[in-house]
Amino acid sequence: MKTFHIGGVHPAENKLSAGSPIREAALPKQAVFSMFQHIGAPAKPVVQKGDVVKVGTLLAEAGGFVSAPVYSSVSGKVNKIDAVIDASGTRRMAVIVDVEGDDWEESIDRSKDLVRLSDRPDLDSKTIVEKIKNAGIVGLGGATFPCHVKLTPPPGSKAECVIINAVECEPYLTADHRLMLEHADEILVGVDLIMKAVNVTKGYIGIENNKPDAIKLMTEKASQYPNIEVVPLKVKYPQGGEKQLIDAVIGRQVPAPPAIPISVGAVVQNVGTAYAIYEAVMKNKPLIDRIITVTGKSVKNPSNLLARLGTPFQQLIDECGGLPEDTGKIIGGGPMMGKALLSLDVPMTKGSSGLLIMNEKEARRSEPQPCIRCAKCVSACPMGLEPFLLSKASAMEEWEMAEKNDVVSCIECGSCQFTCPSKRPLLDMIRVGKTTVMGIIRSRTAPKS
Amino acid sequence: MNVILIAVIVLGVIGLVSALVLYIISNKFAVHEDPRIAQVSEVLPQANCGGCGYPGCSGFAAACVKAADAGSLEGKLCPVGGQPVMEQVAGILGMAAVASAPKVAVVRCNGTCENRPRNAEFDGAVSCRVKNMTGMGDTGCAYGCLGCGDCVSKCQFGALSMDPETGLPVVDEEKCTACGACAKACPRGIIEIRLKGPKGRRVVVLCNNKDKGAIANKACKASCIGCGKCVKTCEKFEAITLENNLAYIDAEKCKMCRKCEEACPKGAIHAFNFPPRKPKAEETAPQSTPNQNVEPAKAE
Repeated sequence: MKTFHIGGVHPAENKLSAGSPIREAALPKQAVFSMFQHIGAPAKPVVQKGDVVKVGTLLAEAGGFVSAPVYSSVSGKVNKIDAVIDASGTRRMAVIVDVEGDDWEESIDRSKDLVRLSDRPDLDSKTIVEKIKNAGIVGLGGATFPCHVKLTPPPGSKAECVIINAVECEPYLTADHRLMLEHADEILVGVDLIMKAVNVTKGYIGIENNKPDAIKLMTEKASQYPNIEVVPLKVKYPQGGEKQLIDAVIGRQVPAPPAIPISVGAVVQNVGTAYAIYEAVMKNKPLIDRIITVTGKSVKNPSNLLARLGTPFQQLIDECGGLPEDTGKIIGGGPMMGKALLSLDVPMTKGSSGLLIMNEKEARRSEPQPCIRCAKCVSACPMGLEPFLLSKASAMEEWEMAEKNDVVSCIECGSCQFTCPSKRPLLDMIRVGKTTVMGIIRSRTAPKS
Repeated sequence: MNVILIAVIVLGVIGLVSALVLYIISNKFAVHEDPRIAQVSEVLPQANCGGCGYPGCSGFAAACVKAADAGSLEGKLCPVGGQPVMEQVAGILGMAAVASAPKVAVVRCNGTCENRPRNAEFDGAVSCRVKNMTGMGDTGCAYGCLGCGDCVSKCQFGALSMDPETGLPVVDEEKCTACGACAKACPRGIIEIRLKGPKGRRVVVLCNNKDKGAIANKACKASCIGCGKCVKTCEKFEAITLENNLAYIDAEKCKMCRKCEEACPKGAIHAFNFPPRKPKAEETAPQSTPNQNVEPAKAE
């Protein structure tokens, strides 16, 4: 069975919510829409205090090419535009809407009928990309990179295939798994749309082998689409990393930055993104909700919720049986790459793939011990880096050494820290090094441009 | 016999030729360093801290000699050696020393465990830089001291230490050389290298919070809320400016009247090294509890 070739680890899967069908979460009383729900320039608010908005009304327009607009997921009145603490832990601008009723924009088609690409011959690649751009779709795997940017290959590069990331390699998370089981047809149309958007004739859907039901269903449904192939993959973390997935599915290696996946002819999109693209293009529905896994060993009902963006995390936890008493840490995202939350008043954003509640015992990190030079981190690193060295270089502020050893290639997957028998905070330090070195590189190139 | 003789002659000739070549080359490629650089270098403290802005003491010595040739030593200061060393340097170079006021590191945060409650627990690597990447850190203040002691580990002179009670770094004024390594190490830019002031007296806003008043107030009992009362009391001297909801006292304009300290409703302004106020002042100003706040400052 296929998988990527360098490094990787296999953490306990803990897919507690895999059997729980997607439920719709209740509407929040107040929804908070951060202007920083994507990578790139922040969105610019176009509404004002007191404005009445519907579900699907534009709240903020994109702040640049690498940016995405934000739509209201609720109907009601704009309470204020203010800085609030978001999932990143920083205080940033957001539009706050008081919810009244559930009134949708008329342009949105809320019917459940499946619309295939063959039913809409008017769609050409430009229109599709434009619609995706206007719908505010970003990579829903968690990286939140604006989707239309990836679908606009830079001059000189040509896409050869589309790879759909349905790997869901993060432990605990099951949002993509459930989505495939319940919306396979829509996803396949979405894949078709992405393929049309970048003018390629080959599409792959990579699914890890721990989801045999999804592989079976998707293969069955994909038989109607001769150009789409479902690729079962061996379970290994971080297979959902863009570069790892390309290696696993088509066996090509993306060189070090500034090379990007398109340099080897691949366009990678998350399966959730494919579904959102289907809804945006065929149903005119902007990105206003997503599926989020609320899970944890002490959670009463680990569930997959279809929740409106801007819903506070507290409410999502309440819907799954409330916050357990032995809670030690709450993580936005999965256990490997997610970020611990400061408070539960934080709203969910486009990138919220999961909400993981860890008990006191699991949450506690062990006391770091000295490095024993076992090089386990080196064999675990999926990018072929030397995490112990990069971490040391960052701690000693040897930025040149960090740069020489490709610290910017680090995908921050945390495999090194996971595998370290001395429980050293490797990634903590590498992240500092990566941020600093990227700043240095930027400042070096800035005066020229 | 013959064999020995030949060996001695051959080796002797090789030795002579080599010596000649070395002599010529060493003369031809000799680097003529200004002897004053070595002299200046000798009087410098050799801490190689980089506080002067040059790479190490020899770099600074070279810069001083160059500056002296250009005519003035202005702007050249060894923060470790201070005025006495600069006078020695000036003496060697035959220049007049440019007077410079001594400076000291000031930690502009008073977010003690009591003033600023911790609302989370940070479990990662013990490093301010890492902690700063979590966003707010473990308190409600996104601008205050993170308390992991990056500044302490950067201080070469043992002038900084963490106070376990307050969770804040404490500056030992005697040892601090104002080299600025701590200020550079602080990811939130809390530490300021500031004029030490006459007899070490100075008035400082001990806060770095640029949030709006309500948010800053909620985060910390001792935060500057940007109310501007201090600015009004200082209208005459215009030493205090308010920018981004944060007051700043210009040390050069400050006349040390301490009126702003009294005016601050949150006790964010601190006066260092002043004698205790006379009891009379306490009667007129009942909220002179800030006097007690001076105590930790004295400890520094």
